[in-house]
Amino acid sequence: MIELNDIHKSFGKVEVLKGITASVEKGEVVCIVGPSGSGKSTILRCINGLESYDRGEISVEGLKVDRDAPSIVNIRTQVSMVFQRFNLFPHRTALENVIEGPLYVKKEPRAQALERGRALLAQVGLAEKADAHPPQLSGGQQQRVAIARALAMQPKAILFDEPTSALDPELVGDVLGVMRKLADDGMTMVVVTHEMGFARDVADRVLFIDGGVIVEQGPAKALLNQPQHPRTQDFLRRVLHPL
Amino acid sequence: MKGFWHDAAEFFPILMSGVALTIVVTIGSLLLSTALGLIWAMMRVSGIKALSMLSASLINVIRGIPIIVLLFYLYFVMPDLGVTLSALQAAILGLGIAYSAYQAENFRAGIEAIDKGQIEAAQSIGMGWWLTMRRVVLPQAVRIVLPPYGNVMIMMLKDSSQASTITVAELALQGKLIASSTFKNTNVFTLVALMYLTMSIPLILLVRHFEKRAGKR
Repeated sequence: MIELNDIHKSFGKVEVLKGITASVEKGEVVCIVGPSGSGKSTILRCINGLESYDRGEISVEGLKVDRDAPSIVNIRTQVSMVFQRFNLFPHRTALENVIEGPLYVKKEPRAQALERGRALLAQVGLAEKADAHPPQLSGGQQQRVAIARALAMQPKAILFDEPTSALDPELVGDVLGVMRKLADDGMTMVVVTHEMGFARDVADRVLFIDGGVIVEQGPAKALLNQPQHPRTQDFLRRVLHPL
Repeated sequence: MKGFWHDAAEFFPILMSGVALTIVVTIGSLLLSTALGLIWAMMRVSGIKALSMLSASLINVIRGIPIIVLLFYLYFVMPDLGVTLSALQAAILGLGIAYSAYQAENFRAGIEAIDKGQIEAAQSIGMGWWLTMRRVVLPQAVRIVLPPYGNVMIMMLKDSSQASTITVAELALQGKLIASSTFKNTNVFTLVALMYLTMSIPLILLVRHFEKRAGKR
């Protein structure tokens, strides 16, 4: 459903993506792992057109991703995104954050959007926080609201950009739990993460990216338990045994 | 002192007619400068190069011309070009245009202070440029912009006195007329100053309120 074909992308003189070719099937959970600065987040941001790419082609359900074309709105309503720093709208309540897209982009009737918004907040375990503003919520709660906001668009896929990296360690579990449930329900997910346990248990496939290229990819358990490439081995050793 | 209160009672009604015009000029030019300033700011952040450059040069031209010259131009030169404005119209137009440059820079600073992540979040749920502005950026920018906006209101109230140079009989001009016919300079101008101050105080309090509210977030 998401196809990347030979994607190149430079920021100024620095080439961050040097020919990424990958695909994500419907219902699949793909984790992208790799050292910081390797281009992981840039890949996600190219998929929903937050970033442009210089060469190659990305398509979502056959529709070419072009951030300057009107069709990008179409793609963004089908592919939601969850950000590292949540990016909730601070001037609106949790519930208002969730219904913002359905109400103003999809033009759903208010009653319907509200009803579904409340159900989504319940789904992420925050039914009682509907009227709280983001600054009153913990990081983990904010991220779960952000996931509900992404789900409210009824997307075909969700992109997660290091969704737990800005969280205190004791709050990570709640967010990963919600994501795991989504995966179990068959949501197509692309997750940039440093949570190797989550990748091993939940992902179907893992891509290891370093220096703007896919160094190694394969079924999650196989790749994380028996990495073949020396760079993957080295990276995993340093992530799993930092001391 | 007794003389002052006596004079004050005598001149107060005439000066009040000046106050009325001062308020009309201030509010008129405030509305105009706000509307124009918003337009310049939107052009500036539109991401369209031609619009943004046009707005930047307009702002610089306006900023580079003294208000008084702008007023003379509108009131004395425009008739030569076939456009005749009343003194009041010219005053509101001139002050509105002059202040639109400051308003625009203030609005732009407010808009640009909004975290980029907010804009990306809006885009990621499919919002276009205008919807992002209306629903996400502007409501947050207002809080940032209000305290300096209040200061602009105070400055405009005082600068409305420049309308006197093109014969708008607002407070400063009324004062000058009374003073030059009665020679009671001290009493008249003290009274005029006090009246400006009285009008400023509610605005000063308003700015303080805005600042407190902006600080809360």
